[in-house]
Amino acid sequence: MRPILVRAGCAAALLAAGYAAAPAWAQDAARSLAATCTACHGTDGRSVGGVPPSLAGRDKGELLQTMKDFKTGKRPATVMHQHAKGYSDEQLELIANYFAGVTPGAAAAAPAARVNN
Amino acid sequence: MTLSRREFVKWMAASSGAAAVAGCAGMGGAAAGRVVVIGGGYGGATASRYIKLWASDIDVTVVERNDAFVSCPISNLVLGGNTQIGNITMGYDGLRNRGVNIMRDDAVAVDAAARQVRLASGKTLPYDRLIVSPGIDFMYDSIPGLKSADAQNRVLHAWKAGPQTVALRKQLEAMPDGGVFVFQFPMAPYRCPPGPYERVCQVADYFKRAKPRSKIIVLDANPDIVSKKGLFLAAWNGMYKGMIDYRPNSELRDVDVQGMTVKLAFDSVKGDVLNVVPPHGAGSVARQAGLITANQRWCGVDWLTMESVAVKGIHVLGDATLSAPAMPKSASMTNQHAKVCAAAVIALIKGRPVNPQPMMMNTCYSFVDGKNSMHVASVHAYDAAQKTMVAVKGAGGVSTAASELEGTYAWGWARNIWGEALG
Repeated sequence: MRPILVRAGCAAALLAAGYAAAPAWAQDAARSLAATCTACHGTDGRSVGGVPPSLAGRDKGELLQTMKDFKTGKRPATVMHQHAKGYSDEQLELIANYFAGVTPGAAAAAPAARVNN
Repeated sequence: MTLSRREFVKWMAASSGAAAVAGCAGMGGAAAGRVVVIGGGYGGATASRYIKLWASDIDVTVVERNDAFVSCPISNLVLGGNTQIGNITMGYDGLRNRGVNIMRDDAVAVDAAARQVRLASGKTLPYDRLIVSPGIDFMYDSIPGLKSADAQNRVLHAWKAGPQTVALRKQLEAMPDGGVFVFQFPMAPYRCPPGPYERVCQVADYFKRAKPRSKIIVLDANPDIVSKKGLFLAAWNGMYKGMIDYRPNSELRDVDVQGMTVKLAFDSVKGDVLNVVPPHGAGSVARQAGLITANQRWCGVDWLTMESVAVKGIHVLGDATLSAPAMPKSASMTNQHAKVCAAAVIALIKGRPVNPQPMMMNTCYSFVDGKNSMHVASVHAYDAAQKTMVAVKGAGGVSTAASELEGTYAWGWARNIWGEALG
């Protein structure tokens, strides 16, 4: 099952195709990459309380440029410069692409504990 | 053929040239399966939620002995009087609403051959994939004076958030001004590397405010401060100057509960409140299931899937795992384990390829008082040659100083990582 094994004919077709036509396994990998960000930024980039900011539905170019600016140090940060340096530019593009494609919506806050149990 | 990581990422990054890829769609398609999750903490709750988010047709059951989730991160602030236990306690209704079965029960045995989990209630749960996220259990056998339940109730660990957190806070409140708080903790690896040093700050913050003649004696089994050393020393030598007596290489030998004394190899230290975190290892169900592979304490995993290296079909998450190099035992790291595991479990059940290049990220905040916080961060990438996660060079680091801004981010982190687990 790993590393990724695909039939030769399929692989060529897949490489010629774009992200939108990506098969499930490839979309899964991009989603998993974006999911590394969500411990802080909220599931699918919908931030509970808005701090740190939501990423869902933001412009792809803006997200990518912001992350690249963190990576180079052009944009000051408390922690994001340290995170952005851990990703290749290609990975940052996949992350930006994923969050840009998420519909902004209600964040998923953890519910209160039930009373009396 | 093998699609290399480089080709894979290059293709993934492509954004145009969309074309139907007929004939390649059926690269899987197996029926949905049953997943059982032991433990509803940061690992188990997050994994169960993500399996439902990403594959709602998979049946997911979480076995959890408690009726509420209490967060270890932020729990030191309860000791400092800077928040209340209710603010870090949450319920499982969010997961229930997503279709996760929550069973309040205790997993007592795993039959890996039959693919079944037996519960304390007598029920058995069959599974296609089992996720074990048992947290830690303490090794009291090595501490004669703490073997009895009574002794354990008097000298607390408060290293699992919940009733012990509240009880230790009460002991601190009851301590007279001028008293001595003695805090001992074990050699690394232990749960939450910066946690002990944050606890010292929180107790110092409380003493400074409420009983300023009191002292803290820190008995660290490690030869030096394990995490954020410069930042913690800045607090101890600054705002808490004169309050903290830090003693490295202070490995525990025993505790005299009657005499309120911590016994070390060459010294005995008496206090008014004792707080001892015993050495710990993977939670007991991991041992029963045969998942322990290292130092009789930790569970080795395949980092591509989080599957046990000892028992097929069982995945292990969180502090119970044998950590990869430079990987902390933290809630943040466990959140990442859970999502790599969720994706892999779905892929394995559905017959899809597993992501060959998982990434993980860690951010841990520590509060030095009620408002100011500081972080340690790292990024970890799978290394195919070494078959483990390795810290990405040049990434990660610590804060330049504790700040109120990072205090705000720390609470934002908490609310979001709680949402990831339970929302």
